[in-house]
Amino acid sequence: MALYVDKYRPKDLEKLDYHKKQASWLKGLVNGGDLPHLLVYGPSGAGKKTRIMATLKELFGSGVERLRIEQQVFTTQSKKKIEIRTLSSNYHIEVNPSDVGIQDRVVIQELLKNIAQTQNVAVTAVQDDKERKKAFKVVILTEVDRLSRDAQHALRRTMEKYMQSCRLILVCNSTTKVIPAIRSRCLGIRVPAPSSSEIVGILNYIAKKESLNLPQELAQKIAQSSTGNLRKAILMLEACRVKQYPFSADQDVILPDWEIYIRDTANEIIKEQTPQKLFDVRQRLYELLSHLVPPQLIFEELLQRLLEKTDDSIKGRIIAEAALYEHRMHLGSKPIFHLEGFVAKYMAVYCEYQEEAAAMFD
Amino acid sequence: MVRAEKDLPWVEKYRPRTVDDVASQDEVVSVLKKCLQSGDLPHLLFFGPPGTGKTSTILALARDLYGNEFRQKVLELNASDERGISVIREKVKNFSQMTANQGKIRYRIVILDEADSMTRDAQTALRRTMEKYTKTTRFCLICNYVTKIIPPLNSRCSKFRFRPLPTDVLVNKLDEICTKENVNFRGSDDLKFLIELAEGDMRRAVTLLQSAHRISAEKITREDIRNIAGVIPDNVVEQIYTEPVLDRLTKRMRDFVREGYSGDQLLTQLLQMIIADERIEDTKRAALLEKLAIVEHRMKDGASELISLQDLAATIVSSH
Ligand SMILES: Nc1ncnc2c1ncn2[C@@H]1O[C@H](COP(=O)(O)OP(=O)(O)OP(=O)(O)O)[C@@H](O)[C@H]1O
Ligand SMILES: [Mg+2]
Repeated sequence: MALYVDKYRPKDLEKLDYHKKQASWLKGLVNGGDLPHLLVYGPSGAGKKTRIMATLKELFGSGVERLRIEQQVFTTQSKKKIEIRTLSSNYHIEVNPSDVGIQDRVVIQELLKNIAQTQNVAVTAVQDDKERKKAFKVVILTEVDRLSRDAQHALRRTMEKYMQSCRLILVCNSTTKVIPAIRSRCLGIRVPAPSSSEIVGILNYIAKKESLNLPQELAQKIAQSSTGNLRKAILMLEACRVKQYPFSADQDVILPDWEIYIRDTANEIIKEQTPQKLFDVRQRLYELLSHLVPPQLIFEELLQRLLEKTDDSIKGRIIAEAALYEHRMHLGSKPIFHLEGFVAKYMAVYCEYQEEAAAMFD
Repeated sequence: MVRAEKDLPWVEKYRPRTVDDVASQDEVVSVLKKCLQSGDLPHLLFFGPPGTGKTSTILALARDLYGNEFRQKVLELNASDERGISVIREKVKNFSQMTANQGKIRYRIVILDEADSMTRDAQTALRRTMEKYTKTTRFCLICNYVTKIIPPLNSRCSKFRFRPLPTDVLVNKLDEICTKENVNFRGSDDLKFLIELAEGDMRRAVTLLQSAHRISAEKITREDIRNIAGVIPDNVVEQIYTEPVLDRLTKRMRDFVREGYSGDQLLTQLLQMIIADERIEDTKRAALLEKLAIVEHRMKDGASELISLQDLAATIVSSH
């Protein structure tokens, strides 16, 4: 049985539920025939991938839905073999180059070169039930904000040289980490997170299709907790249904485990500021890391939770410290040091504040 | 192959073919034309921001110089090629020996595009290679940031700065394209508006024009044009700049990230706003500008945009 997220994923540009204007723009771009390279960006769960696949379907017909997963092997100059997983159809290929770390450059170059060389024969696409020749294939590169500098530089001229035979769709959360020369080579497509009411609309639609009776209070609550992440909202709806059906308006929304765990961790930090507590918190942080929760996400979530319980007078300082430690975390190689460093700092600042506050009352 | 031509995005379709086609960049164009006449050429270093014609110019020059011999006489190495120390030496050596040294123009050209991504070691090695083949080969280095080129290389080349293209030049060029492609923006205020958003990057201007044209089946507004150019609406930036309450501003930053806007675009637009603000005290202005610099640096290093921007939020609030 398919998950709701997959079952109700719109397949066509016309069927996308929100940012409809943008969907019709994409249609216009595709039908012009001379699609430029695209840089699709926006927060996770905003529906970038769905939009891209719908665009490809518009471009090539339903053949893009016949996907195969492959393990491709590339060889570096120094004869080292690198393996990477690709997802492809006859018309496109998708790969996440950062899967192979600093070898990302090799993967991208080899991949594009292969396509350029085999692409002398135009692929036949089916559009509006008519067969059309397309002179290019599409290459989707995900998480390009995590590409190494080398890989980004290497893309520059390549993107221009092979434009005839392939078009790139680059996907990322934020364009800040994409070098200007690459941004200059793409048309940017920003995909904002859907609004709460848009999410509620989609939840209602799914509930109707599944013949579920969804109280509006619950739908609202799910939308709120999802913080604009539609994928998360739909997963939560499904989790709620598994937990309790018929729904009740005041039933608890089931948050992902790691979120609850971080919220509790924040509460622990507020409760007590001692070396022993710091030690306990470190165990909790390890626990999160070992479950592969991305360190940056832990940092962001922990800070938001702590701020909710922090006095206004020290908030600015806490944020500044968080920014300092989080930045260092990206430069270093052991996230735990920096997460723990921040927690220790928080405890120190918090203690100081409490002592001062107490002194004022004396 | 007629079909494929039609499918080519406009940036490639309208890439300059000859040195005469290169718009603006008068300094480099006039020097290169003299070289075309005299048949002699110094080593070249082109630098400047993306989309200002660096790659196009050297390719056009090479085409003007060599015509059909282009392939035998020009070696293009860019960041996608393996450019380690030994590789460059080998490639240049093979290239020099391979091609017979005849024809009107005696020397060949080696183009090192995106040279700012070469390591210092590779650049040092390149310097020796340059000296060795200087009788027969001219080098053209191209980069965005001239400071990334080591001084000994830098000083061996005639340097040409490629500047962002001025609005009137872009208007002329885009008008030409509009005529050829039957675009109805021709000569309009909307076209000018679009061009200003490209900030002198011709590649960007052309892509924006093409996209605006393709989506203009429905009426498009200026807001739409700004949107496809990735510019943040002024009122969003203003609300951020004027928000006096920290809690509300940290939330605004969360919403900002959720909207998918780019953090460094916000910094750029905030910078303009801070500089234009006449009411702010100088010390507070200085504090803000310093914070912008720190935040920019951190975000480029890979730091969380949410946390970096919230840090900026605290500084903004305390500047009120
Ligand atoms: N001065 C110019 N005259 C005419 N067209 C230009 C000029 N500058 C840029 N263009 C247009 O922009 C496109 C890209 O230009 P080009 O590749 O020369 O940029 P670049 O300076 O090499 O940029 P980058 O630093 O990103 O490599 C060209 O295909 C052309 O359409
Ligand atoms: Mg270039």
